Amino acid sequence: MITTYLFYFLSFLAIMFGLMVVLSKNPIHSVLYLVLCFFTIAGHYVLLNAQFLAVVHVIVYSGAIMVLFLFVIMLLNLNKETEPHKSIWLKASAAVAAGSLLLVMVASLKGASTIQSVNTFNPNIGLIENLGTTLFKDFLLPFEVSSILLLAAMVGAVMLGKKSIK
Amino acid sequence: MNSAIQVIPLEWYLLLCTVLFTIGVLGVLFRRNAIIIFMSIELMLNAVNLLLVAFSSFLSDSKGQVFVFFIMAVAAAEVAVGLAILMMVYRNTKSSDINVLNKLKW
Repeated sequence: MITTYLFYFLSFLAIMFGLMVVLSKNPIHSVLYLVLCFFTIAGHYVLLNAQFLAVVHVIVYSGAIMVLFLFVIMLLNLNKETEPHKSIWLKASAAVAAGSLLLVMVASLKGASTIQSVNTFNPNIGLIENLGTTLFKDFLLPFEVSSILLLAAMVGAVMLGKKSIK
Repeated sequence: MNSAIQVIPLEWYLLLCTVLFTIGVLGVLFRRNAIIIFMSIELMLNAVNLLLVAFSSFLSDSKGQVFVFFIMAVAAAEVAVGLAILMMVYRNTKSSDINVLNKLKW
């Protein structure tokens, strides 16, 4: 019962903070609301018995990525005054387009047939032992390739950030 | 305490993730600040991550959660390169407005 209430509470908070990210005028407020939204998503992960993923999500997203965003915003000195504005017609058409996308996706979910779980419920799949076994048994090659991706991204970021490229 | 997937129907998770994804799409269409557009893309990635975890828990299969790790790695790489590009754009145009970048527009 308490799980149901927690689900509704966290879902409400996630949607509200997501809307605040888009609608708040000040970019710093947007970043802080996005951090809160990521914390509610981490709460959803805990409810779904994915504890290790929740911890990694908080560390990687709230700890690393959002700090990077905040750092760049403060470096560029963006605030409410420098915020570019769209015309009211463009904003209205953007809201209508996103609303119709939501309508189409919800309508397609309505007509979809439900699936049944073939496996019996196992509460331990989100623990680090099972995840590690799967990662290093079935996904060893993608794991190694992702390390090359991170190296390439690091080199690319350094090259882009240099003052002038000889 | 039960796992949420035992008491909440999967349809609610589908609905929640659809709404979060649409908010991300709305942010991309609604704002002109390139950093906010970037943050909306992160929101869309997280909606998909949440749905992957919900399905993984529903099917009792840990492969979905491993996929989320790879998505996080790709998101970290994307943010590093994207913010470096934004810094270069700001350095050259003194603005984070994406409408300045219209050289490729006809």
